[in-house]
Amino acid sequence: MSLLWLRFALGCYFISLIYAFVALSRTSDLFSRIALHAASLGMVFHFVSLTELFLAGHVVWASVHNGESLLAFLSMSFFMLIYAIYQTTSPGVVVFPVVFFLTFIAAADEQPVLLTQFVSSKGWLAAHIFLIFIGYAALLVSFGASLLYLLQERRLKAKKSSSLISFLPALEVIDQIGYRSLLLGFPFMTLGLITGSVVAISAYGRLDFLDPKILLSVLMWAVYMLMVFTRWNSGWRGRRAAVLATFAFVAALAAWAANYFSAIHRFAAS
Amino acid sequence: MRYQLIGVNHMSAPLEVRERLAIPESRLPDTCRDLTAFPGIEEALVISTCNRVEIVAHTTNGAADLRGFLHDHFHLTANELDAHLYEFREKDVVRHIFRVASSLDSMVVGEAQILGQVKEAYATARAVGAVRSHLDQLFTRAFAVAKRVRSETAVGSSSVSIASVAVELAKKIFGTLEGKTVFVVGAGKMSELAARHLMAHGCASIFVSNRTYDRAVGLAQKFNGQAIKFDDLYDTCDRADIVITSTGAPHAIFRREHGEQFLSRRKNKPMFFIDIAVPRDVSPDMAKLDGIFAYDIDDLQQAVSSHVADRRKEAELAESIITAEVERFEARLHTLDVVPTIVSLQDHLETIRQAEIDRVRNRLGHLTPEQEIAVEALTRGIINKVMHTPITTLKSAAKESEATTIVDVVRRLFNLHDKEAPATEKKNEVGTRQ
Repeated sequence: MSLLWLRFALGCYFISLIYAFVALSRTSDLFSRIALHAASLGMVFHFVSLTELFLAGHVVWASVHNGESLLAFLSMSFFMLIYAIYQTTSPGVVVFPVVFFLTFIAAADEQPVLLTQFVSSKGWLAAHIFLIFIGYAALLVSFGASLLYLLQERRLKAKKSSSLISFLPALEVIDQIGYRSLLLGFPFMTLGLITGSVVAISAYGRLDFLDPKILLSVLMWAVYMLMVFTRWNSGWRGRRAAVLATFAFVAALAAWAANYFSAIHRFAAS
Repeated sequence: MRYQLIGVNHMSAPLEVRERLAIPESRLPDTCRDLTAFPGIEEALVISTCNRVEIVAHTTNGAADLRGFLHDHFHLTANELDAHLYEFREKDVVRHIFRVASSLDSMVVGEAQILGQVKEAYATARAVGAVRSHLDQLFTRAFAVAKRVRSETAVGSSSVSIASVAVELAKKIFGTLEGKTVFVVGAGKMSELAARHLMAHGCASIFVSNRTYDRAVGLAQKFNGQAIKFDDLYDTCDRADIVITSTGAPHAIFRREHGEQFLSRRKNKPMFFIDIAVPRDVSPDMAKLDGIFAYDIDDLQQAVSSHVADRRKEAELAESIITAEVERFEARLHTLDVVPTIVSLQDHLETIRQAEIDRVRNRLGHLTPEQEIAVEALTRGIINKVMHTPITTLKSAAKESEATTIVDVVRRLFNLHDKEAPATEKKNEVGTRQ
């Protein structure tokens, strides 16, 4: 049943996805409102789907697909938060495709829910999953914002009057969205990694830094910290910030993909 | 009417060309003198603003080589210049000047500044004696027309201007202008206007710097701002988010190294340069830096042009006023042309009458005052009756294009010389000998 709701959500997200592609070429107030409503409706379905999983009584996010579903939901929540503060749907250009992609995979089929037998503390695991996913969502939004910043900067530099009328908010607003997401995400990401380490130590008794999952996670965290630092220290933005953000985003993707290779961080027992 | 005009404006020539033609205020009187010394030019006036450089002249034969003057004066070849030039003659000059003064030819249609600039150009040329009767008539009328356009249409009232475009662009960069700092470099009228707009939209503080420190202090006081010594410009500039620059410097005063310095000191927070100076104050390589957004006068025009549509209607109304005014001016000029002829005709006949009365006075013997008056009335009456038709014909002919022919005929019939004609001839000779 949970999967059915998720597929409804996917349908709604699809409409938002179209917006993401159209918004780059034209500005339509009506269309951005449709996208917003579709996204909100999608979130309702999505929420129902997640609640059903939760009510099933396990720490059910401990499956790759359910994890992806949760991450998509959190990213969407982040997007809505930004909309509430800044009244702009433009981060959707980056957020919507990613959310759609995650939901699409999650809605593909039902995975057997298997708790790893090693995990002794379910509370720590739940905390780890939640914290790190909020960190991921923040990183995604920050990455999106830095791309939009670059785009808006180009437009302002091109000085064409037509390009000044665009769906993008003011440069400094985009900058703020990116920076605040970055700052907000950092503690979550850090705490997420710490709780993850606690879970791993409790299960294995030690941390294996050569494990690809851990290695990539540490790398991602390092890039994340570098971003926060360069921004705070010398106000890097624009092109340089976009390069760093892309790097962090790729590291995050790699860390995520490492789930499939890691010896210690896997959901399904094999 | 032997008016001629040559020039470039923001539509005909790119900023690079206008920069090379721009004549600094201090050199305007000399340029006017050079012009009047040029073969075939009787009177001349130069309008040099950031958007246009124009030479208006009244010439001896309506075909002075103004193009040649520009080539010589600016040491430019025909290749570099001619493609950007426009030339007008006679009636078209009148129309153009009326349009310029009424701000219909402006980059921002309806902006009020151009009228002041034209008035200044007029005053400068007049002071050196380059503007006399013909150009005087033209410009006096142009100022009246501009006033009429302003009061009868809404062309000038709407908020669209360089200043409001600057505000809009600033909002695209900063979102809100609340708490932003403005730096005005070069205390000109246009930068003052832009600063006023920015402050009205929430900018918090303002710095003013000017080569002449007193002017900076004057402007700073108007906004409760702070005057900065020009030498301290580079040390303080990074504190501003928005810089309005309009100095008369011949070279860019903000170069790449300054931009890098500012950005590192303000932790790469973006800066918006509104460069309304011609030649430009912000060098193109500085404008390329990430975080520096520099808009020069041409860029602002592009941004402005998107607004122009909504005021097209008002502009059309203004154009019809201009057309009517051009007709009126033309008619008046012609009337003015016949007036001297009528006056000298009257003088001529009056002299004859007086001479004839004097000749017969002895034969008439002593006349009573009543008789005296009767003789006066008789002779005057005859002359007036005879004169009536020719004068009416002259006056009505004034409105037609054949006025000059009729005036000519009358002059030859009565053997009239007015005071102006010989002088013009003499000047012609001088002109051809040069």
